[in-house]
This record gives sequence, C-alpha cells and structure tokens, in this order.
Amino acid sequence: MSKEKKKTRRKTKKKPTKRFDGRNPMELRPIKIESGVLPNADGSAYIEMGKNKVLVGVFGPKEMHPKRFAKPNMATLRCRYHMSPFSVDPRRSPAPSRRDMEIGMVMTWALEPAIFLDRYPRSVIEVYAEILEADGGTRTACINAATVALVDAGIPMRDLVASCSAGKMDGKLVVDLGDYEDKEGEADVPLAYMPKLEKITLLQMDGVLPPNEFEECINLAIEGCKQIYEIQREALKKKYGISEELQEEAEE
Amino acid sequence: MSGRYGIVSKLKRKKIHEVVASGNRMDGRGLEEYREIVVRPNAMEKADGSAEVYLGKSRVLVGVSVEIGKPFEDTPAKGVLICNAEFTPIAHPTFEPGPPKDDSIELARVVDRGLRSAEILDFDKLCLIEGSDVYLVFVDLYVLSYDGNLIDASAMGAIEALRNTKMQVYKVKEGKLELTKRTQALKLLSEPLAVTIAKIGENLVVDPTADEEEVMDARLTITLDENGNVCTIQKARSEGFTMEEIKKALSLAQEKSAEIREKLKRKD
Amino acid sequence: MLVVPGDILYEGRIRTGDNTYRSQGKVSATRIGLVNYTKGMVSVIALEARFNPLTGDLVIGEVVDIELGKWILDIDAATPAVLNVPDAIDAPFRSDIDMTKILDVGDIVVAKIVDMDRQRTPILSILGRDLGRVAEGFIVRLTPSKIPRLIGKKGSMVNMILRETGCNIVIGQNGRILIHGKTREQEEQAVSVIEKIEREAHISGLTNRVQEYLKNMKEEKG
Repeated sequence: MSKEKKKTRRKTKKKPTKRFDGRNPMELRPIKIESGVLPNADGSAYIEMGKNKVLVGVFGPKEMHPKRFAKPNMATLRCRYHMSPFSVDPRRSPAPSRRDMEIGMVMTWALEPAIFLDRYPRSVIEVYAEILEADGGTRTACINAATVALVDAGIPMRDLVASCSAGKMDGKLVVDLGDYEDKEGEADVPLAYMPKLEKITLLQMDGVLPPNEFEECINLAIEGCKQIYEIQREALKKKYGISEELQEEAEE
Repeated sequence: MSGRYGIVSKLKRKKIHEVVASGNRMDGRGLEEYREIVVRPNAMEKADGSAEVYLGKSRVLVGVSVEIGKPFEDTPAKGVLICNAEFTPIAHPTFEPGPPKDDSIELARVVDRGLRSAEILDFDKLCLIEGSDVYLVFVDLYVLSYDGNLIDASAMGAIEALRNTKMQVYKVKEGKLELTKRTQALKLLSEPLAVTIAKIGENLVVDPTADEEEVMDARLTITLDENGNVCTIQKARSEGFTMEEIKKALSLAQEKSAEIREKLKRKD
Repeated sequence: MLVVPGDILYEGRIRTGDNTYRSQGKVSATRIGLVNYTKGMVSVIALEARFNPLTGDLVIGEVVDIELGKWILDIDAATPAVLNVPDAIDAPFRSDIDMTKILDVGDIVVAKIVDMDRQRTPILSILGRDLGRVAEGFIVRLTPSKIPRLIGKKGSMVNMILRETGCNIVIGQNGRILIHGKTREQEEQAVSVIEKIEREAHISGLTNRVQEYLKNMKEEKG
C-alpha cells in the first residue's frame, strides 16, 4: 500500500497538471446510474461513481413501527448507510459503526428538504444504501442514488438532490475526490445541492482550508453537482426509454 | 412472507397448492425445473474473491476475504473458514436492518456446513504458526434481492467466489509473519452444491420462489459434492416427509446438482 | 414531454393540477411523468406513484390484524385501512361475535373506501354487490397510477382483456388486480397483458398494441 502511494506521488510530480488517477482538477470520475433495479423495493437505484458501487432501495411511505415514533403532522425519513464486509480491504465487520450512523443522519438531512414529507403524516419513508464497494466519497454516491430511488418510488419531491465533493490535494483544488485524495489530501468538502432551488443541503468538511479556498471548494462542488444532476435526469428518463419500434407503432 | 406485514395469504396458499397439484407452477415452470441462473465471477474488485448470482429474481453477492488471525482453540494447527450471511433490507420489505435473524443464520449455517463437510479446503495448509496465526477465510453472503431459494444461490456463489479467490501469501521467518508479494489461489478439494426442494401438498418442487416458500409445507436442502456424495441435509418447516419422498428428493437432487455443475463449469 | 421533480412547467398564472407545486411564481413537477396542459391547468400524469386512497375507491386488501370490533387491512397505502364490524355484517358489534369466522388474518378482501377518518385512515365497507372475502383467484400488481390505462375509456381495455382471455378480473384502485380464469393458460395470458401495460402504459397507442398482442397470443395457441 505505502509503496503504491510513493509511486503515485512521483507520478504527480512528473505531470503536475494531472491528478493521481489521470484526471484534470475539475474532472469527475466516470458515473453510471440506473433506476428501478430492485424487484422488491418501492423504488431503487444503482450507482457506480468511480469505483464506488452502491445499491439504494426505498420503501414507503408506510406505517411507522413502533407507532409512538410517528410524527402526527408529517412523514419521517429514515436513511441507513451500510457497508458490505467486502466493500473495503481489509474486511470490515458487518455491524454498523458510529461513522455509518452519522452518514445515515447527514443523508437524511441532505434529502429531507427535497421531499414533501407533510403529505404523509404518521408514516415512514425508508432509504437503505448498501455500499457494495467503497472508493472515497461514498456518501455523495449514496445521496445521488437515493434521490433517483426516491423519484422511482413515486415520492413527491420539490427538486432532485445531487451530491459531489471538492477539496485540496497537493496544494491544488480538485473536484470529486477519490479514495486516495480523500485520505491523503489536505481537505475534503462533501456537498449536496438542489440545482433548481439553488440550495445546499449537505455541507461537511474535513481538513484545513483558508476561507477563500473553502468558498472556492463550495463553488467547485456545486459545479460538480450540476453535472451529476444531468446524469440523474438521464438515468430516470432511461427507464421509460421508448424503443424505436414502439414509437413507430405508436405513430402509425 | 411476501407482503409488508409478513402474513401468509390464504388465497395465495390455496392457489399455489391447486396449481402445483395440477403439475404446474405460477411462473410457468415445470415442478422439477430451475429458474434462469446467471453467475458473474469476480463481481467485486476489493474482495479477494467474489461472485454474484442471479437465480430468477433472487440475487446474492458473495465476497471472500482472506486474513490472518487466531485459530479455534480446539484446532490450533488448522486454518479457519467463516461463513456469514446478511439479509440486506433492500432485498425484501420484510427484511429489517439489525443483527442477523433466524433465517440469515440458517442460510449461513447450511452453506457453511456444506463447505465444511465436503472438506473443501486443506485446513492444515492454512496454518502459519500453530496456536497463534492461521489464515481465516471469510465467506460473506450478501443477499441483495429475495425471491426464494437463497441457499442454492448462495452455495453456487460461494463456490464460484472461492474458485477465483487470490489470497496474499505470508511466510514465517524466525517465528514471525512476513507478507510476501505473492498471491495464491485457494485450492478447492471439492465443490459442494445445494439443491432445495419444497413440499407443496403431495408434490415436490425444486428451486421454490418466495411465494412458494411462503406456502410450502416443508423444505429439504440436499448438498452434494461432485461425486454425488451427500454432504449436508437440512429439513425445514413443520411438516414431515415420507421415506418415499426423501428418496425421490435425493434422486432429484443428484440430477439437478449435475445440471447446475454443468452450468458453472469454467469456460476457460 | 417526460419531466422529473423540480422541472419548471410554467411561469405565471395557471391552475396547478396533480403532481405539481407552485413556488415563487413558478409551477414545477413533483413526480416523474408526462406533462399535460389543458383548460388553463397544468398537471403531470405520474409514471410512479403510490396509492393515494380516496373515498369511493374500490380496493383489494389483506387482513393483517384483528382488534376489538374492527379488522386492520393492508391496502398498499401509507397507512393501513380499517373495517369496522357494522360495515362488514350490517349489524352492530357484539362481544360474542367470533370475528375470525367473518374475516380472518390472511384473507383477501374486495372493499370500498366509504370514508376517511380524522387521522386520514381509510374506512372500508364490504356491504354491497361483489364486495367481501375473495374465495378464488390470485393477485397481481400494477403501479396504481397506471390503473386508469388498464381500465381504459369506459372500461374498454379491461373489457377487451376479459373477452379475449376469458378470465374474471377485479381491479383495485390500489394497484392490486384479482385474476381468476378457468384454465392456467387463460390466467397466464391475463398476467402477461398486465405486465405489458406496466411496461408500456406511458406510450401512446396502447389499446391497439394490446389488441394485437392478445390476437397473437391466441393465434400461437391455436
């Protein structure tokens, strides 16, 4: 592991404009999103964001158990973030960690502003994110997939929520940090954004940044979110893709 | 088990029993027919070995991780195989997050016993330092979608994942462990596969769906190695089998496991 | 046009229909679906939506619990529905009534929503023709927002399916459909037509395609 790091460091010195994985500073990792992938969930989505692989299932709105946790005036959104034992090397225990709980909570806060929770009093909407493989920025991948899964579940929403990180690596500001940049970089700012309503719904930071760079990171992350938003839209529409054959028939 | 409330629908029970009694199934299959099986070896990159299995709408992802740890106290000079199953809540509305429940423990146990009874690995060779350091082989069964017969799907996935496992090799130097640069495949000594048979009324059906499992009277899972030897049996649910039925199930399992084995054959 | 939540449908004065909301003078979509502008109103025909229970809806539910004087039914809505004893036997509740004799847990029931109580719980009744416990058949599901397409204009679609397959079909507004045919073959035909509608409900020319589909199935059989 440490040898690999040294190698990549040397590489970055040789080609200062490229990042360790060959990306430009403003370039996102390849993203693939697919909606409606789970037969038993009310809504679902699968995302590959770099080497992150995440499956999200949405259930509800349905009756809250136990009933005393139900809110009389609105639905409760519950997000669970869970990593498979083999999602990281070395293997991790399947029991949820404190980190998992916290990410579940910030996912909830990132998605809640987009959902008309007041339409379903006393019920619960469950969002389960299963991390099959982790590669840095899993929470942003989860939010991106969860949004698509919520729309797929027919939950009424104000806007989509797109999520992307920005940060600083070897003194340079970069967008959508991978695992290595996440761990070795100077700062990481994960952010979620509702593009039509222009609101930031997740904002966290680890590391140290002067205020002007922090602000720049927010702008970079928002730019990333706008690109991801387009991919989310395409993924949602793709499920209803009208095959040429059918279109011809319909036109006849 | 198929509704949100986990209640057996009387109408469903009646209908499935009627259809099976007439020699048919709700999804159009014959009584002794498996659903489509799709196996994706090496589905994951970070695991040492992996496979994803689709059995109809059931879907199981299996990851193998090989690590170093302490042996069991009663076998200080043997490596360890640990099978763990997780029913993710995305797999079915009745699956809840939290510690493993009866069903997922049974799944892990039956697959584990199959692998162990068939002596799939040479555990003596997986010992590095007797009493303190041995290879631990974790087989994680991760259920992503439930539509019945998770045991057969998981057993197939486990074999496929173990087949493509590449573990990092350690060596012992002056009584201490040292990581080498080499990786090595696990050597599989046998390849046990499970065949699950449900008893619905007077009939036996293979590869039950979730609806069929909901209304079945009893279940028999038979694990067989490549020579047709029985490695593990699990009878489930509160109805009995006659001796005739057991015999019929056994010959059915022989036939079906050979079929699945043919499908899983390496293409290389 | 296919829209997703947040897409702006109209700026300015217009009435807002289903699956839309107004904010700062703009009307936007709340669900994925097809936009529909008619008579000074904009709405979205949802492609994905859960069942939203309304008084008058015919639903197919499953008894999941029995409480004193009432049955609790799952009707695939955000909250379970209630069937009180008087709405099942047309007589007041008495403590000596064996409720499980009337309806038991696990029974499938065709019912009508007659009211919504103060907590927006749907109140059911099985008094009336063709209501009550289902004795035969099986249930398949269709996304509730696609139920109008399965019914068709004045029942044209479902009548065609009834005629061509020979099955008896009861459609619950909650997306559960009860099918009962004389043969497995008839039933499998009905199921495959409903699956086709699930996939293609949003593409125009559905009736003709289904007609063609049923004809082909018959020919293959013959």
